[in-house]
Amino acid sequence: MHNTDTAHLVASTSMEIPLAEAPLTLLPAVPPKMQAGHLNAYFGKTQALRDVSLDVPEHRVLAIIGPSGCGKSTFLRCLNRMHEVAGGTMKGEIILDMKNILDVDPVLLRRRVGMVFQKPNPFPTMSIFDNVAAGLRLNGVRDRKVLTETVERTLRQAALWDEVKDSLNKSGISISGGQQQRLCIARTLAVDPEVVLMDEPASALDPLSTAKIEELIYNLKTHYTIVIVTHNMQQAARVSDVTAFFYLGELIEIGDTKRLFTTPVKKQTEDYITGRFG
Amino acid sequence: MNGTSLWMFRWRKAKNFGMNFFALACLILAVTPLVLIFTYTLLQGLAALNLDFFLQMPKPVGEAGGGMANALVGTGILIGLGALFGLPIGIMGGIYLAEYGNNPFGSTVRFMADVMSGVPSIVVGVVAYILVVLPMNHFSALAGGVALAILMIPTVTRTTEEMIRLVPHSYREAGLALGIPQWKTTVRIILPAALKGITTGILLAIARAAGETAPLLFTALGNRFWSTAVDQPIASLTVFIYDYAKAPFEDWNRQAWAAGFVLIGLIFVISLLFRFVTRSRYAQH
Repeated sequence: MHNTDTAHLVASTSMEIPLAEAPLTLLPAVPPKMQAGHLNAYFGKTQALRDVSLDVPEHRVLAIIGPSGCGKSTFLRCLNRMHEVAGGTMKGEIILDMKNILDVDPVLLRRRVGMVFQKPNPFPTMSIFDNVAAGLRLNGVRDRKVLTETVERTLRQAALWDEVKDSLNKSGISISGGQQQRLCIARTLAVDPEVVLMDEPASALDPLSTAKIEELIYNLKTHYTIVIVTHNMQQAARVSDVTAFFYLGELIEIGDTKRLFTTPVKKQTEDYITGRFG
Repeated sequence: MNGTSLWMFRWRKAKNFGMNFFALACLILAVTPLVLIFTYTLLQGLAALNLDFFLQMPKPVGEAGGGMANALVGTGILIGLGALFGLPIGIMGGIYLAEYGNNPFGSTVRFMADVMSGVPSIVVGVVAYILVVLPMNHFSALAGGVALAILMIPTVTRTTEEMIRLVPHSYREAGLALGIPQWKTTVRIILPAALKGITTGILLAIARAAGETAPLLFTALGNRFWSTAVDQPIASLTVFIYDYAKAPFEDWNRQAWAAGFVLIGLIFVISLLFRFVTRSRYAQH
């Protein structure tokens, strides 16, 4: 009797989502901000990404998950060509506004596609104000009024203004780690990028700071397109709209976050999110 | 604890004590000459030092007293010229090696710089003699400055490179990710972060240059009269010491000690000054 009940339950679940027919991608109908097509990335002779094609939906948070060494950070760093700074090479295409970013000057590209790193890295010789203003100043903005306004706006966006507004002249590394990371986010926003890439932005932070960063990410998507790499699956589930799962340099599955975590299509995805490997 | 391990324990303690003692003895051995030289120069120099020494010109042979105001100023001018020629080249070279030098050309330059920092200074003097003195047909402060610059460049280059390499890669990445061009990232973000170390390198180079005698002997030559012209022979403390220390007059020997003391003091003051000027606006945490 008991057995039949269970069997019935399983049957009904599979009725709702016919796994065999589920398409690989179940993206919400949002125009893509960036599109990677047949992207291959290398470190010397080692291939880090294999034929990755995926769309980054505009004004959404795309989370990239996967075990260490799966290429998720490499993919992120391809999106603003920081991959090349680390000595890597890439082939294929990444389209941003009808143009392959491989044909765009990296300096110009990075003003549009900003990046927040894993470890907070404020410039140690600059004050809080100068840190946020650095991107504008070093790109030639001199107008004091513009700088002051931008610093206040982005620090507010990064939910840091109230904590540092009286100490803008203090060193950028005098504040706590969580504050430093929000300072780095403000610094990234100050050059007014369209896409913000985040490489495990909360992995070096305590739970409270992590919660703040997550809330921030959630709020930022109204203005920006966000791609976040994370080791933390709960975090991906909390902050993202779309999740992509990478494994061994390949994109295994991408889809609506809720769908991917509840009913993954691929066996590898299911194994990973249920903690069977990785 | 059984007998064996207790014995082992004591043996290890004894070895530890022995090695500690040995290391300490070596340290004392290494520092003793330094302390002796410094205190002896201090005592001899202080005894010979007076206000005249700083304000007066050298007196003719046989006349007592006098000073070496010209040599003091001369050394300042020579160091200044050396720094003027040497520091920009050295610092730029160091930046190049650190940022773009990961290729065979960079390795060659690096190797050459290391070799050059070991070249005897008298050889550098000959080079400056050929490069500057011969074309100009006479000795000059300029030639001395060039000689000192050649001596400073390798030290400055290598220290600058090492210090820039020590700046965490994450700052460079942060700068580039903001869409800041690479050279601006280097000059405005990396260089300030490496400034303290670079300053130390510059100081080492200046201190070495200030204490050099050999390359000045046939470039700046020396001068018993007041001169600040860069195209004329110029006096310097080291050449002054060289002349006065070997002279058979007790008063001159006395003044050589004073000059030695002043030279050490000068380097000390320059060090302090540099540290003050380049001190971090923010305390390190």
